Amino acid sequence: MDKKYIVSPSPHIHADVSTTKIMRDVIIALCPAILVSILAYGWAELLVLLVSVASCVLLEWAVTRWMLKRPSTVGDLSAVVTGLLLAMNLPSSIPLWIVFIGAVVCICVAKLPFGGIGQNVFNPAITGRVFLLVSFPAQMTDWTPTAGFLSIPDAVSGATPLGVLKETLKSGGTISQFMETNGYTWSSFFFDLGASAGELSAGALLLGFIYLLIRRVVKPWIPVSILGTMAIIAAIFSGINPDAYTGVAFNLLTGGALLGALFMATDYVTSPMSTLGGIIYGIGIGVIVMMIRYFGSYPEGMSFAILLMNCTVPLLNMWFHQKKYGRA
Amino acid sequence: MTLTFIWTVAILTVLGLVLALILFWVARKFKVEEDPRIDEVEKVMPGANCGGCGFAGCRAFADAAVKATNLDNQYCPVGGDEVMQKVASILGFTVAAKAPQVAVVRCNGTCSARPRINEYDGVQSCRVKAALYSGDTGCAFGCLGCGDCVAACQFGALSMDPETGLPVVDETKCTACGACTKACPKHIIELRAKGPRGMRMYVSCVNKDKGPVAKKACASACIGCGLCAKTCTHDAITVVDNVAYIDFTKCKLCRECEAVCPTGAIHGVNFPKELDKEAVKKRIADRKAKAAEAAKAAEATEEKKEVANG
Amino acid sequence: MGKLTFSMGGVHPHDSKYARECAIEELPLPQTVYVSMAQHLGAPAKPLVAVGDSVKVGQVIAEPGGFISAFVHSPVSGTVKAIAPRKDLAGNFVTHVEIAVEGDEWDPAIDRSKDLVTAIPDDKAAILDKIKAAGVVGLGGATFPAHVKLNPAPGKVAECLILNGAECEPFLTSDYRIMIERPKEIVVGAAIMQKVLGGCRCVIGIEENKPEAIAAMTDAVRELGYANMEVQVLKKRYPQGGEKQLIDAVMRRQVKSGGLPIDVGAVVQNVATSLAVYEAVQKNKPLITNVLTITGDQIPGNLQHNYLFRIGMPLSWIVEQAGGVPETAAKLISGGPMMGKAISNLDAATVKGSSSVLYLSEGMTRRKPATSCIRCGKCADACPMGLEPFLLNRLYKAADLEGLEANAAQDCIECGCCLYSCPAYIPLLDNIRQAKGQVMGVIRARAAAAKAAAEAAKAATNK
Repeated sequence: MDKKYIVSPSPHIHADVSTTKIMRDVIIALCPAILVSILAYGWAELLVLLVSVASCVLLEWAVTRWMLKRPSTVGDLSAVVTGLLLAMNLPSSIPLWIVFIGAVVCICVAKLPFGGIGQNVFNPAITGRVFLLVSFPAQMTDWTPTAGFLSIPDAVSGATPLGVLKETLKSGGTISQFMETNGYTWSSFFFDLGASAGELSAGALLLGFIYLLIRRVVKPWIPVSILGTMAIIAAIFSGINPDAYTGVAFNLLTGGALLGALFMATDYVTSPMSTLGGIIYGIGIGVIVMMIRYFGSYPEGMSFAILLMNCTVPLLNMWFHQKKYGRA
Repeated sequence: MTLTFIWTVAILTVLGLVLALILFWVARKFKVEEDPRIDEVEKVMPGANCGGCGFAGCRAFADAAVKATNLDNQYCPVGGDEVMQKVASILGFTVAAKAPQVAVVRCNGTCSARPRINEYDGVQSCRVKAALYSGDTGCAFGCLGCGDCVAACQFGALSMDPETGLPVVDETKCTACGACTKACPKHIIELRAKGPRGMRMYVSCVNKDKGPVAKKACASACIGCGLCAKTCTHDAITVVDNVAYIDFTKCKLCRECEAVCPTGAIHGVNFPKELDKEAVKKRIADRKAKAAEAAKAAEATEEKKEVANG
Repeated sequence: MGKLTFSMGGVHPHDSKYARECAIEELPLPQTVYVSMAQHLGAPAKPLVAVGDSVKVGQVIAEPGGFISAFVHSPVSGTVKAIAPRKDLAGNFVTHVEIAVEGDEWDPAIDRSKDLVTAIPDDKAAILDKIKAAGVVGLGGATFPAHVKLNPAPGKVAECLILNGAECEPFLTSDYRIMIERPKEIVVGAAIMQKVLGGCRCVIGIEENKPEAIAAMTDAVRELGYANMEVQVLKKRYPQGGEKQLIDAVMRRQVKSGGLPIDVGAVVQNVATSLAVYEAVQKNKPLITNVLTITGDQIPGNLQHNYLFRIGMPLSWIVEQAGGVPETAAKLISGGPMMGKAISNLDAATVKGSSSVLYLSEGMTRRKPATSCIRCGKCADACPMGLEPFLLNRLYKAADLEGLEANAAQDCIECGCCLYSCPAYIPLLDNIRQAKGQVMGVIRARAAAAKAAAEAAKAATNK
C-alpha cells in the first residue's frame, strides 16, 4: 500500500455549510435595505457603510494577527456583518471618525476581548451603537438627510419620527396631532425617512428576512415573539388611550424595531439556543422596548432592550434545554 | 451647601461603620474552626494545585497531612524533599529523602525512523486516535503525536518537536507530578529517577511486537534480542514481551547496554562524555575473555582435585 | 398509513445509491480465508477446531464464549492452517482461524436448493435453538446475537417486531438488493421471528427512496399471507434506520435512557438478519455469507458491485475481484459514510457484519479545519436523540463528568449528525464519543458498587 489513505473517526462526509456561507447569506439579506438607503441618502451613506465595514475588518485582522498572534478570522465575514449592521444604525451625516470609534468598540471591546466570534455576550453592533449614542448624542441624533440619488417625498429634517413624537407627547400633544403636523401617513412608514438606513424601509428588511428564512439561517420564533409582544402591548395601551400611546403598526414599523427584531436579536451568538428560551428572550425584548418607548425618556428602546436581554441569555441557556429522546 | 456636605460625609461614614460591623460579626459567627496548622502547612506548599500528590490541591494535601499520623503515604513531587522537610518540621514528623524523578518519553519513533502508513484526519487528540485504531504507523504501541501530554502539563515542561513528531521534556520545568503519564493512552511516558547530576538510562521503546515486525515498523525499535540483558552486570535489565526494560533503581549508569544495543533503542542522557561504543564493547569483550579464562582455570583445578581424590 | 418518521433531529445527506442497479453477484473462492473469533458483540467465540483439522462448509468451528456471544461456522471447505492473532481493519490483533480452501464441499445437512419453505415450525424453543446454533447475529451493524434478542427476559412482552429495511446510510444498497431479489425469504424469516416472539405485530419499514423494494416486499407479504404483517413506508431521513428512531416512528414510543427496546415492547431486526433467520431455520444454513456493496463517489459504474461474500474473505481480495481501488479513492470505509469505520488495514478479513467497501474521494471526505463555535444550534437541531452536542463538547473539554451525565452524553447513538451539520467543522462526535465512554464507565462503576453494597447488606441481614 504505497498510497496513504485517510483514516478518521466517523462521520466521513459533511454537509455543505460553513460559517462564511452563513455570514454571506446575512450580507445578501441586508442588501435590499442597504440599496434603498444608498438610493435615499447618496454618497454619504455609501461612505459610512464602507468606512464601517473596512474599520471592523481591519481592526479584527490587526488585533488577531499582531496582538493575539493567531491566524486572522476575518475570512468568516462576521466582521463585515458587524460593520454593515453598525452603519445601518447610524445617521448618514455622521462624521467618519465617529464611525471608526464605533467600529473600535464593536470589535475591540464587545467581540475580541470575550474570545472572538462565538464567545461574546453582547451583540457587537448594538454595543457600538449604544456607546456612540451615549458618547456623541448630538451627532447621533442629527438625522438631517444627506442628498440621495432619488428624491424622497416628505423629507423631514432633524429627528426621527420617534424623536419628534416623544417631543410632541412631552409637550402635551396627541398622536393624531403628531401625525398631522408632520405630514406622516401610515404608508410612509413602509418607506420611512429622516431615519437611519436600517429604519428606512420595512419592506426591504422583510425581503431580506424572507431570504434568510428560505436559507434556514434564522430562528423565526425570536422575531415573531419580539414583534408579537410589541404588537400586543401596543394594542392594549393604544386601545386604552390612543392619544397618548401609539398603535401597533407605528411601533412595528418605526425605529429599529424591524432591524433589531429581524437581524440583530437573531444573532446566533447572543441569542438563546433553545426554542422556549428564544421565545422568552423575544418577549423580554418586546416588553422592554415598549416600556422605554412609552415611559422612558429615550425615544428608541430596541438597542437597550436587546443588550439587556443579552445579559439573560446565559441563564436562559442554563434553564431551558431542548427536549431529549426518551425523557418525558 | 456646607450642611449638605456635612450630612453626606456623616451618613456615608456611619453607613460604612455599620456595614463593617455587620461583616465583622458575620465573619466571626460563621467562621469554620480549623486546625491552624493547616494554614501553616499550606503556606509552605508550592501552591501549584496540580494534583500530583493525589489530593485535590495544596490545601487538601495540607488538610490530609495534619490529620494523618505520619507522612509515609504523602509526597509532594513539585515541592520535593525541601517542602516535605518543611511540612515534617511543622507537624513534628520525620520524612525520608526521596530521589527526585522526571518524566521520560520512552519512544524514539521519529518521523524519519517510523514512516507513516496512513493519514489521520480526526481531532488532534491521542485519546481519540488510540481509541480509533492502531495508529498511522506500523507500530501499534508508539507515540501518536497529538500532544495530549503537552496539554496535560500544567508547568509547561512538555512540547512537541515538529521535526521528530515526539514530545520533549524540559527537565528544568518537570515536577514529576504524573499528569502526562496519566494523559498518555499508550503508557509511553514514565516517571523515572532523575539520576545523579541528571544522568540516566532508559529503553526508548515500548513495542511488544516480535523483533522483525517491530523493526519493519520503526528503525529505532527494541527488537527484544536480549543482548542488553545478557550484558548487564547489575541485573537491571529484563526483557518481557519482546521489549527490554531498565530498572532505574538497579542501573549503575555503566552504559554497556547502550553500546551493545543493535538498534540504538537504549538511550543515555546528560552524560558529560559521548559514549565510545567501541571502547565499551572492547571492555565487555575483555571482561568476558577474563571470565572464560578464570572458568577454564577453575575447571582445570576441579579436574586436578577429582583426579587427586579419585 | 402515510409516510412515518421519527420526531426529532435528523439530516438529509444525498442518498448516493449508485450501486442500486447492480444485481448481487457471487464471488469465487479465494485460496485462504481468515475467520475472526470476534464477529459479534459480547465475548469472542472459542475455537473448537485445531490446526490440521479438515472442515466442510457450514461446520461449527467456534462456540460462544459467554452468554452474549455466538457460534462461528466455516465458510469454506478445506484444512485449518492456523489459529493465530491477525490484524482486523483497525490494525488491532484478534484471533482468526485460517483455513486453506480446498474445493467447496458443504455440510450435507444444509439444504442448498432455492425452493421456498413457508411452513414454520411450531416449537418456539426449537426455532431459537436453530437460530443460536446457526450463529445468527444482527446484520444491521451492531452484530448482537439474534437468539438473545429474540428471547426476551421473563416479564417482557414483544408487541411489535420492526424489520429495518430503511438502509438510511448513503451509498449502501445491499439491503435494497436483497429486498428486491429475495423478498419472500425475508418475509418467511419475519414470520418465523413473529412466531418466536409470541405472535406479535410485524412492521417492515422501508424508506421512500426504494419504491421497487416497497413493491416487492408488499407483494411478498400479500402473497404469503402471514397474519399481522405489513409494509410501512418511511420518510427518507438519516438516521431513520436507527433502532430508537424506528421505534419512535413506527410505534410512537420512546425507549428510556439506559433502557432496551423490549421495555417498550419492540424488537428491531434488519432485513438481512431476517434472511439469515430464514436460512438458518428453514434451510439449516448457518450464517456464513452476507451481501456487501462496493461503491463510492466518483467511481465508474463498472467498479460498483453488490457481492454475496463468504465471511473470512480478505477485503483486499474482494477489492481485487471488484476491479481494484479506484484512483480517486482517498479514504476506504467499511460501512456507511456516517457511521462506518475507516479502513487502515485492507488485508483485514470480512466478518458477518461487513456491509460495504466505500471509496470516498478527497473532496468528499477530507475534513476542513475547525473554527470557533458560533452557537448556531444546528448540531442540537440535527441530533436525533435531542441532545445538545455544543454543550457536551464544552463539558468534555472541561472534564465535567457530572455535567455530561446530566446532559445525557450516555444517550448518544454516535450517528454523526452533529459533526455533519456543524458550520464551524468542530469535531463534535470525536469528543462526545469519548465523553460517552467516560460517563458509561462512571454509571457502570456506580451500578457495580450499588450491587456490591446490596449484596453485602443482604449477607449481613442473613447472618
